[in-house]
Amino acid sequence: MAQIFRHSTNLISRISIYGAAFIVALLGYAVYGLTGSPYVTDVNVAKDQPVPFSHKHHVGELGIDCRYCHTSVEQSSFAGLPPTQTCMTCHSQIWTNASMLEPVRASYRDNKSIAWTRVNALPDFVYFNHSIHVAKGVGCVTCHGPMQEMPLTWAANTLQMSWCLGCHREPEKYVRPKEYVFSTTYEVPANQLELGRKLVKEYKIQSLTNCSTCHR
Amino acid sequence: MEPEGLQPNAADSHGAPILGPGYTAGSVTDKISSIVLGQRRRRGWFFGFAISFALLMMLMYAVTWLLVVGVGIWGINIPIGWGFAIINFVWWIGIGHAGTLISAILLLLRQKWRTSINRFAEAMTLFAVSCAGLFPLLHMGRPWLAYWLFPYPNVMGTWPQFRSPLVWDVFAVSTYATVSLLFWFVGLIPDLATLRDRSKSRIKQVIYGIFAMGWRGSAVHWHRYETASLLLAGLATPLVVSVHTVVSFDFAAAVVPGWHTTIFPPYFVAGAIYSGFAMVMTLAIPIRKYYGLEDFITMRHLENMAKVMLATGLIVAYGYMMETFTAFYSANTYERYAFLNRFAGPYWPAYWSLILCNIALPQLLWIKKVRTTVWSLFVISLIVNVGMWLERFVIVVTSLHRDFIPSSWGMYYPTRWDYMTFAGTIGLFLTLLYLFIRYLPVISISEMRMLVEEEDKK
Repeated sequence: MAQIFRHSTNLISRISIYGAAFIVALLGYAVYGLTGSPYVTDVNVAKDQPVPFSHKHHVGELGIDCRYCHTSVEQSSFAGLPPTQTCMTCHSQIWTNASMLEPVRASYRDNKSIAWTRVNALPDFVYFNHSIHVAKGVGCVTCHGPMQEMPLTWAANTLQMSWCLGCHREPEKYVRPKEYVFSTTYEVPANQLELGRKLVKEYKIQSLTNCSTCHR
Repeated sequence: MEPEGLQPNAADSHGAPILGPGYTAGSVTDKISSIVLGQRRRRGWFFGFAISFALLMMLMYAVTWLLVVGVGIWGINIPIGWGFAIINFVWWIGIGHAGTLISAILLLLRQKWRTSINRFAEAMTLFAVSCAGLFPLLHMGRPWLAYWLFPYPNVMGTWPQFRSPLVWDVFAVSTYATVSLLFWFVGLIPDLATLRDRSKSRIKQVIYGIFAMGWRGSAVHWHRYETASLLLAGLATPLVVSVHTVVSFDFAAAVVPGWHTTIFPPYFVAGAIYSGFAMVMTLAIPIRKYYGLEDFITMRHLENMAKVMLATGLIVAYGYMMETFTAFYSANTYERYAFLNRFAGPYWPAYWSLILCNIALPQLLWIKKVRTTVWSLFVISLIVNVGMWLERFVIVVTSLHRDFIPSSWGMYYPTRWDYMTFAGTIGLFLTLLYLFIRYLPVISISEMRMLVEEEDKK
């Protein structure tokens, strides 16, 4: 009776059995890498905007406070996007003819909001409140990154749950004195852990990791 | 480790024969492999397969609609959030246990009567576990996120809740499915080689050949085969007990009256084996009749299985009694009410039919005449299958529908989608079984040859 398989089948079957383990491991690694990549998370990807608004210019160079535009950050869950009128407080006086600002003037004339492209968005099933974080000594740049260096705005963090939990589990690693919450020049001190523990106690910061803290 | 562990126990001298007279190694091989390789078209097979396949298509339809609309198409709601999905899960997973018991424990105990029934009992285990696994997945509502149940590095920064028996279930059932599959496959290898060598067509030779993994029947091969089988039997043995124990924890770890009982693990395991043997019997009787395998699956096999059913049925009966007694003896209002509600509440027909099917009628198996009559065994095995399903219905539904606060009481009404899904998994089970019967040897050829050898020595 003729042989059903050629002699090389032995080698092929061995390679395919051992190879399968590597392929599965590689696939797992690829999926893992992909979920953390900017392709999925949009981290460090600057978004195009209707007006190329530069935080670098307004915050870094001119030194405008965050709250000048994001007015509700201390009272509300939402930090707030400025109405066109806020832009026009200055731009009715300076750069009044700049073509770059035409959409702003058009918005002001027609009383229609500028449709900004959202950069940091949490899913709707997550409850998040800016005011409590600000009140407990979480700096703006701790989550939003160095805004004073962003010509166009990008997300500095993934906003994935593991990232949220990083701070919720160990707030002492991230909190800063309240007076520096809106500072873009504050530098994390060498004794952050020591200071952090002190602040956690002083500000009565709870390590809230219950599901229903955020998923209400 | 002794290789004899795989061979049937030669010292078995009592009772009816476990093999018809006049068989040789060759004729056994011919007879079993002809079911697979025979050219004769079998109308009966085709008819049965068509019905099963139609049921399977109904399952696809029901599941598709479930995925489109959501679990709201089922009858589940608060307070009965579990419903058919969990009833069927427990029922199917329980059925699988007989296969593991026969293939692992009876192998280690060297019960040679297991030889002819272990192959399809193991297959039954696999198919039952496949059906069982579907239900918790579908019940999740978003089955495409089922991988969340496994601990893996994830962007949520969390682990599954390891304190929940529902997570233990994931590990118990997936381990069970893996070990059962491996055990079944390892046992099949020598038979696959036989089929490879006996096939006439090239395509069959190649397919059986790939799965036979180069088996040539050398002494080294046999040595490894027997070592692997014994090791797997050792691994599978604790699973007979552990899987349904963990399933029972899903209930027992909750505080619901009627669930929160320490007797659940042993009584679930006994119930699982009870229902499993009933299912083996339900399948074995038609198969042996249709394929003329009465010489291999003899009256002795059926009678032994009937005895196992009788014994495990009595353990289950003891479980029911103790549950009730404990409820009374605890003097806990809610426990007592839970049981009074079973006896005389709105679901009393389910409870009393359960007692009839699981306890009263199977007592007929004490009578030798009943144990040795094929049709009565078949009827009783069907009744026990129904009874064990009712048991899970009673446990799930009557416990949940009236718990502590009367304001949150409710009733459970399964919808047609529930029934379609349940019937559909029976279709899935039977479809797999029909394919198995057609394409793989239903009885282990190699072990039957050993049995012939043993018989000849006598």
